[in-house]
Amino acid sequence: MTQAAGKFREGVVVRKPFERLLSEEIRVLDAASTTILERTGILCFNEEAVGIFSDHKCDVQRHDERTYKVKIPARVLKDAISAAPTRVKLGARNPENSLLLDSEVPRIYFGSGSETNIWLDAAIETFKSEQDPGIKRRLPVFTERRGTVERLSTAARLAEELEHLDFFIRPVNIQDEDINEDNHDVNKFYASLANTTKHVQAGLTSLEQLDNVLRIAETIAGGKEALRENPVISFITCTVKSPLQMVDDATQKLIEVVKRGMPIVISSSPQGGSTAPIQEGGMVAQINAEILSGIALSQMVRPGAPVIYGSVPVRARMDNLHDMYGAPEFNQYNIDCIQMARHYRVPCYSTAGVGDSSVPGMQATMEKFFTHLPIAMAGAQYIHYAFGLLERTNIFCPVQAVLDDQHIGMIKMFLSAPRLGEEDIEGAIRQIDKVMDSKQKLYVRFVRKSLRQGLVYSHYPFESNDGEAGVIEKALGRMEELLSRPARELLSTQEDEIFEKVPGILPRLKRQGDRAVL
Amino acid sequence: MAEELIEKIKANVIQGRVNSEDEGFDEGFEGQPATVELVHEAIAGGVDVHSLIVDGLTSGMNVVGEKFESGEYLIPDMLASAEAVGEAMDVLAPHLQNAGVKSKGKVVIATVKGDLHDIGKNIVAIMLKGAGFEIIDLGTDVPGKRILDSVGQNKAEFLGLSALLTTTMREMQNIIEALKEKGIRQDVKVMIGGAPTSPEFAGKIGADVHCADAFQAVEYANSVAEA
Repeated sequence: MTQAAGKFREGVVVRKPFERLLSEEIRVLDAASTTILERTGILCFNEEAVGIFSDHKCDVQRHDERTYKVKIPARVLKDAISAAPTRVKLGARNPENSLLLDSEVPRIYFGSGSETNIWLDAAIETFKSEQDPGIKRRLPVFTERRGTVERLSTAARLAEELEHLDFFIRPVNIQDEDINEDNHDVNKFYASLANTTKHVQAGLTSLEQLDNVLRIAETIAGGKEALRENPVISFITCTVKSPLQMVDDATQKLIEVVKRGMPIVISSSPQGGSTAPIQEGGMVAQINAEILSGIALSQMVRPGAPVIYGSVPVRARMDNLHDMYGAPEFNQYNIDCIQMARHYRVPCYSTAGVGDSSVPGMQATMEKFFTHLPIAMAGAQYIHYAFGLLERTNIFCPVQAVLDDQHIGMIKMFLSAPRLGEEDIEGAIRQIDKVMDSKQKLYVRFVRKSLRQGLVYSHYPFESNDGEAGVIEKALGRMEELLSRPARELLSTQEDEIFEKVPGILPRLKRQGDRAVL
Repeated sequence: MAEELIEKIKANVIQGRVNSEDEGFDEGFEGQPATVELVHEAIAGGVDVHSLIVDGLTSGMNVVGEKFESGEYLIPDMLASAEAVGEAMDVLAPHLQNAGVKSKGKVVIATVKGDLHDIGKNIVAIMLKGAGFEIIDLGTDVPGKRILDSVGQNKAEFLGLSALLTTTMREMQNIIEALKEKGIRQDVKVMIGGAPTSPEFAGKIGADVHCADAFQAVEYANSVAEA
């Protein structure tokens, strides 16, 4: 698609987004968040941020030896938020994979995340019945493995091939023995960028590595200015630790990324029942205040800085206090946040596709679908965590990502705009006339062109009479086919330049001859 | 010239284009003569009817069958191609005898009395016609007597009965009993189908075969015709 903003992925524009909050309720929640920031205030652990807030007429008082209490007057907050751009462009190695996040257009994109520690491989084995050895069943067997740069590279290659994945957030943490805090960032960004031409987003492990990471991105984009025009990477920072504590490290990362003019998600993830009220009103008022405080700081540092409203509110599970994603309240909290972001005219980073199940199957599908669909219907511009996550955000399973891609494709198709143009209607009437003149009065033959153009749904590609085991086996076959496609590698000149300029990237990620040595 | 025309007919069968109004699904066919127009042109040009059927229509249908088997084609493609062949056979009908081409057999087909469902029956009719059988389609809600009369008058080799309701499927048994009473049961192969029917039910009422779908119907009819 080509528009004033350049080429970008089409995504799906949700015609009439599902809304949970009435206008009056949005006003009430906005007032509550404003009151929290003006009267209760936030605890700020970062000295530079304290200075910035103070310079912008916020009430700053020392709270204890490590923190300050920052109270943001309503007027200051409003002015700062209104400086945030309504549109944020996220670029990509292939500029056609860029994303245009427009707070006034509910164009939805789905992507991966989060930084799981476990990679779950699946294989199919044959089992014999103990009662009757003649009865055999093919069943999936799952093996947990550590996240490594090699697996991250594979995940990025798979992401490149998943049709409905619009952006890549690394789904697995790299835990190789030769990875440490100093080289973590350059390796995770490099392994991602070298294997996908889609937008790459991640948090920073070490602020010291920010400029090295930017050097990688600048080399790929074609220079400093070119990177700002086509930001092939962007960042996530969880500035606020709930409840209402602006932490030192993440806040400094926000300030530094904003100073460098790169897009950033300002995210908060309170847990209803432990770090935020479990009741919807209290939860949304608090998380909204937390995100707004970060957005306000970003705009005080650099008015017009490209930021994204990052809302990840979850429910606490009361038998173990883990995050609970496959819960009705999860949808309530998140849809409210999507509406609040739209109210402030800031693009929304939201969450869908996480469940409690530890393996692919019926529970995982139910829990994922239970959030994939409503969050998409609510029109969040940027939906992360949507591919391959299991056991909350602890496990990434690539075959689950293949299943999720299918399900997200169905949702995108469902939400696509109806084709009711003059030509469509005239064509439909011609078709009806033709069929009524025919002997058999069947429309079946008129399906063909639309079917081939992908305008009508064919059938569930992993359909099986062997229940979910058969579905997983077919999805595994699909995954192998996707991964057998040639990798979309960097140009060798780009690769050489990056290895020359940026220290710490593992030599085994460099191609030798035609392919990377992994 | 003749070879080129036959190749075009084959290509149009594969595209499932009956006439020039059909766009097919590959680009470049819009407005071009399709199966029916090309068959007319071939007849006018004196192309050998036997070659036209074997190298054009049948050969095209074989490709369609292979594409269906491999999953590249779906039922709409198969039906469109069968319909193109069926229409072509109507055009060719007056020329078949002179060319020494025999019909594979006549099929009387109907949805039984009390039942208005005809999607499955229509699909079977299209596919059988595309496979070279002569179809006498009596429609839906057809009284037993009319079916019997049609089988007798047309000396049909096959009778296809369809029902979608458990209440109407019993009518199939009445028809088979009536065929026996009329003394023509042994002259006609009775094929039954429809959602509530089964091979067991076919056996119980004395039908020759139960067809779960149009492909089974074509396979069975072909096996009888070739025997």
